[in-house]
Amino acid sequence: MARLNVSGSAPLPSSIVRDDEGALVAAAKAGDARAFEELVNRYERKIFRLTKHITQNDADAEDAMQDAFLKAFRHLGEFEGDSRFYTWLVRIAVNESLMRLRKRRPNHFSLDEPVKGEEENIPRDLKDWGPSPEQRYEKKELGNILSKVIEQLEPIYRAVFVLRDVEDISTEDTAQMLGISISAVKSRLLRARLKLREMLHPYFQGSPVH
Amino acid sequence: MNCQGLIVELTEYLDGALDSSVRMELEQHLAKCQNCRIVVNTTRKTIEIFCNAEPAPLPEDVRGRLHDALIKRLEHPRPSKL
Repeated sequence: MARLNVSGSAPLPSSIVRDDEGALVAAAKAGDARAFEELVNRYERKIFRLTKHITQNDADAEDAMQDAFLKAFRHLGEFEGDSRFYTWLVRIAVNESLMRLRKRRPNHFSLDEPVKGEEENIPRDLKDWGPSPEQRYEKKELGNILSKVIEQLEPIYRAVFVLRDVEDISTEDTAQMLGISISAVKSRLLRARLKLREMLHPYFQGSPVH
Repeated sequence: MNCQGLIVELTEYLDGALDSSVRMELEQHLAKCQNCRIVVNTTRKTIEIFCNAEPAPLPEDVRGRLHDALIKRLEHPRPSKL
């Protein structure tokens, strides 16, 4: 349900609301507040999940999300449409999140840290999960498991995994957003995927856990 | 290719970004190594599970504060500052 309600703005044509991000962005750039409202409604859950994954702190995640939408609105005129609006919004939200993460953990957080210990990439759990492991859990329970395991990843792996595999951002854009090299994105993504696999293993192998 | 080589190429393989000659080598190894098949399948599943998970709804109070802040800004827009 829409929450924003700016006085004096006319309803959008339903075809725009349904499926056309480009038309919504064009309308918002022309000053149509309802179009921006639709963009916020469309992406607020995903952006909050992203800022939470990166900051791992509810207050920071909320601030980062709020500032990302406010900055997006303020700088909408600078969005040139050479990428998807959502990718542009993710870039802003990542900046806001990293800024807060660095502030909160100035001595513990560096995205430039090299990936150490290749022996950690050697998989240990070698039992199969069966065809549909996620069917063992209710949606909410599965969501809790995923949040719990991703929280255990170090920030340098988590940020890369979330951008590449959850948000489907390209390797090049991920490297640019995080200010690291393409090879660093690839080595961190490998480590993140293998670590998450190991962490999910107890929930999905053998008999159901619950 | 051996098991260690497969791990090195795993991310590119799962992303469909491997050269065809390396991919063939990797798949030849997979055909005869059950452990590596399990690693490939469960890693692929890991990505799918996270990728398919829907974001939880925003808590009502968080959503309320976001929309209040936006309404304030939409009603009183400030000029863009770089």
